[in-house]
Amino acid sequence: MPGLPLFWRGNEGEAIMPNATYIALIPLLPLAGFLMLGIFGRKYFKNTSGVIGTTLLLISTVLALYTAYGYFFEYGKIDGVYQKLIPLKYTWLQFSEGVSIDMGIIIDPISVMMLVVVTFISLMVHIYSLGYMKGDERFPTYYAFLGLFTFSMLGLVISSNIFQIYIFWELVGVSSFLLIGYYYDKPSAVAACKKAFIVTRFADVGFLIGILVLSFYAGTLDFNTLIERLTSAESTEFKTAVAASFMGMSALTWGLVLVFIGGAGKSAMFPLHIWLPDAMEGPTPVSALIHAATMVVAGVFLVARLFPVFAISSPDALSLVGYVGAFSALIAAVIACTQTDIKRVLAYSTMSQIGYMMFALGVSKYGGEDGLGYTASMFHLFTHAMFKALLFLGAGAVIHYIHSNEMKDMGGLRKYLPITHITFLIACLAIAGVPPFAGFFSKEEILLAAYQSNQSIYWVALITSGLTAFYMFRLYFSIFWNREAHVHGEHKGEGGFAMMMPLVLLAIGAAAAGFIPFGHFVSTDGARLETEFHLMFSIAPVALGLAGIFIAMWLYKKASDKPDKIASSLNGLYKAAYHKFYMDEIYMFITQKIIFNLIGRPAAWFDKNVVDGLVNATGNGTKDISETIKGLQSGKVQQYAIYFLVGVIGLALLFIYWWN
Amino acid sequence: MNLSLLILLPLLTAIVILLMRNAAQVKWVALAGAAVQFVAAFVLLFQFNHQRALGDKAQMLFETQYNWFPSWNISFHLGVDGISVAMILLTAFVVIAGVLVSWNVTKMTKEFYFLLILLSLGAYGFFISLDLFILFFFLEIAVIPKYLLIGIWGSGKKEYSANKLALMLMGGSALVLVGLLGIYFSGTEHSFDLMRLSQLNIPVSVQMICFPLLFVGFGVFTALFPFHTWVPDGHSSAPTAGSMFLAGISMKLGGYGCLRVATYLLPEGAKEYATIVIVLSVIAILYGAFATMMQKDLKYINAYSSVSHCGFVLLGIGMLTKTSMTGAVMQMVSHGLMTALFFAVIGMIYERTHTRQVNEMSGLLKRMPFIISVLFIVGLCSLGLPGLSGFVAEMTVFVGSWEHPDTFRRVATILATLSIVVTAVYILRAVTKTSMGPLTTGFEKLTDATWNEKLAAVILLAGILAIGLAPFWLNDLVGPGAEIIMNKIGK
Repeated sequence: MPGLPLFWRGNEGEAIMPNATYIALIPLLPLAGFLMLGIFGRKYFKNTSGVIGTTLLLISTVLALYTAYGYFFEYGKIDGVYQKLIPLKYTWLQFSEGVSIDMGIIIDPISVMMLVVVTFISLMVHIYSLGYMKGDERFPTYYAFLGLFTFSMLGLVISSNIFQIYIFWELVGVSSFLLIGYYYDKPSAVAACKKAFIVTRFADVGFLIGILVLSFYAGTLDFNTLIERLTSAESTEFKTAVAASFMGMSALTWGLVLVFIGGAGKSAMFPLHIWLPDAMEGPTPVSALIHAATMVVAGVFLVARLFPVFAISSPDALSLVGYVGAFSALIAAVIACTQTDIKRVLAYSTMSQIGYMMFALGVSKYGGEDGLGYTASMFHLFTHAMFKALLFLGAGAVIHYIHSNEMKDMGGLRKYLPITHITFLIACLAIAGVPPFAGFFSKEEILLAAYQSNQSIYWVALITSGLTAFYMFRLYFSIFWNREAHVHGEHKGEGGFAMMMPLVLLAIGAAAAGFIPFGHFVSTDGARLETEFHLMFSIAPVALGLAGIFIAMWLYKKASDKPDKIASSLNGLYKAAYHKFYMDEIYMFITQKIIFNLIGRPAAWFDKNVVDGLVNATGNGTKDISETIKGLQSGKVQQYAIYFLVGVIGLALLFIYWWN
Repeated sequence: MNLSLLILLPLLTAIVILLMRNAAQVKWVALAGAAVQFVAAFVLLFQFNHQRALGDKAQMLFETQYNWFPSWNISFHLGVDGISVAMILLTAFVVIAGVLVSWNVTKMTKEFYFLLILLSLGAYGFFISLDLFILFFFLEIAVIPKYLLIGIWGSGKKEYSANKLALMLMGGSALVLVGLLGIYFSGTEHSFDLMRLSQLNIPVSVQMICFPLLFVGFGVFTALFPFHTWVPDGHSSAPTAGSMFLAGISMKLGGYGCLRVATYLLPEGAKEYATIVIVLSVIAILYGAFATMMQKDLKYINAYSSVSHCGFVLLGIGMLTKTSMTGAVMQMVSHGLMTALFFAVIGMIYERTHTRQVNEMSGLLKRMPFIISVLFIVGLCSLGLPGLSGFVAEMTVFVGSWEHPDTFRRVATILATLSIVVTAVYILRAVTKTSMGPLTTGFEKLTDATWNEKLAAVILLAGILAIGLAPFWLNDLVGPGAEIIMNKIGK
């Protein structure tokens, strides 16, 4: 029966991976939470929904860690190489011979790593929200949406089929939409959620067409088969895909570039980044989970998933990834230096750090030592998830306390929020790349990879790392030092155990994650990659980072008018950066003026007046004609006789004319 | 299963309705009748699958044939393949939901339900006919009730809309009739029998003339550009159940006719005119979407978006691959369920707020969480969210269209994919504007859905989810039927 072909395939791993059904539970438990809380939450779990959601996710996290342990240390490796295992696959929609959407699970180093990251960060956010969202009117709905998001994101990372990843990709998009618009009576939140959805949807069209192109040439939608066919120079699929060209680029490159557009949309790469800062309208823990640590790295993950095809078959597409990443990293860092809303600073910093991950992939090659960029990118994804989630949750604690997002309302909070202060400092040191915190190690590897393959990207990255240190410490000093904030109202303190425990756990991660020998686990070809530490090479970035920190300290540790003076001396540049280089305005112009007024309005007008006008004209015309000719049917025999005579004469003349 | 049942059940229901004394009796009889139809459609599905599982490879199952007009070779010939079964299921879903949401109709209740059931009779008959003459007969049966439903129970400029709709659909039927007669008289053997005609080779010259007649004729029903203008006016003036039947069932008669009659019987014509069909359907998809963007009335939004969505049906047919045709049928089923639900929800909102203008309401989520949640889901289905039926159908059409390597079809497909952004824009605009933001003053007392509305919504949602979450059953049902049509067309 073709309907339900539930079959098992462990590539070579069947024997070594005895029972992997439980992996399906990792995403399914949060889904169960979504359904339960979404349908019955408001009635039956008004107060307990947080605990239910968190418990389900705790189980998922434990299973993810168990999977990771088993994969990395027990069965994942054959002859020193980590394998791609498919423990579960099931045909969902068969299009034609060989082309089908399968729902499957792929277990390989990056998917296992992502399982751990997503479940762990999501768990932290679940716990944190128990305190942060307490007393919220729509508490069950909140946890339902968190469950939906976690399910979609986990489904995305374990997808074994390119269309499957697209399905979860869209689901991730919609759960992000629902969570950004969580405070639905706030017009700004409504606008932000629409913007996020539509901008990423626009990018998704690229992804979709990319999928169509790639699957057409590869004759499959299955990742493993697709990568295999499109990377071996002998395969007929590869040859036709490279031979077919359109506007000077091979079809394969087109396909990959289009897929990358999708990735760039989700990962907020320039120029598709405009939705990310506005997405901060959602509850702060949501920003930590979705718009900092997990969903926004989906684009990086997508490129990493298809990395062999990019690296082996289409270096052009890969270098595009590199340049887009580097440019985004720089421009976001510049904008971040000027923003005053602390969540927006963090949003731009996210964009900048994802830029790092992207260009790290862009400068990488496939196999062995040359694959350093790939490992570094994934490493940075891992460490970034820790410290960025920490930064957002810390910012949440600050906002919770001060009831404002604006830097000018803050200052001197180190006395009131000691734990938040220390953990936030650790996160800042980590993102600034100060040894021995996590960000230092991953960023160092990225810079090294860039240095070895593309000097111009290296210099951009170096400057960006200085800027990063500056704006992060500008943020840090403005919140916790500077002038005393006007603390009013009741003092709730730091928000209790539920909010502080995640901060402490993430701070441990942000401090220590750098010591994981990442190359041993994640590399382009699955083999062990030894990453060396070069002391001489580290001097430049660390020195720049420290310089950034000291400048920020000099400017912002004590309240002064120095920052304003500098801002006004930079006049034009500062203004442009403050206004995010007018990207929003440009988009507004294109959508409102061009699409609405030049396409939408004329289409509606045309339909109403021309097409429908013709229909009405036909109707009226028919009526008019019948009005006119009904006089002919007068019933007078004499009149008919005259018509008859005229007709006969007319015909006679016609015949005579023809005969001659 | 004896297929005559599908005609007799609604007929019986309609007659019993006429015998009832008061509105309450009428409603319950109609609901019972719709429920029996619903069950019958599922029995048909299971028996069909069972028969196929037993290895019955016949093109049409459960064939029955009665002599009707022997001198003209017209027989009452019924039979179903997977495509028809899918359409019958759709009809059953929409009918029961339509009956449920009309629970509050007080004006001439008996006549209203009688016409609804009569319409369903026409639709079932149409989908199971294997004789072109009775197919046409049922098509006409399905048109007349619509005129009355809009003209009597409608709102706004209902006379205009009813006239426009009836005249345009009658015009379409006239073209169909001419096309059918052309086929009938084309060969030495005069026949209306679909199965017989599919074996005869209709001369190419006849195909070239009859294909456009039939395709345009049926196309009018399914909002083929530029014959779509009855759609917005007709839908907006119709009562809720009328809109649901119109968009959920009537528009599908056209798509089914284009596929089963025009394309299947006239493959040479289909190939010849494929380019034009593709161009017109891409125009409908994009132009419909852009026109929707500028609408302010919820019903107009859904009506114009139906033009866009039905464009995918025609695109799938015009692309002439097995996958794209399967996608076209899936899109018919999906759009039927989705748009019926959309109109049902709009009706529910209108009954409470007494407005359909998007700008006149906001924050409704606060007062009616159930209705608005359904609105969200159906909106997401419309913009093609995975897990809901729209995604499955549209993707199947896209993948099927992409199977052609030529640039023209590639460009057409890419243009069609762009609509998913425009759809997102207008759906989100409509949905967020009405349901989010601060609650409009004066709406503080609004109440959420009643039992009948909830039941209607749940039934249609179940259908949408059944396709969206597990599309393989529909794919397996429809695929073989599409394959037979494709085999006739050849590569």
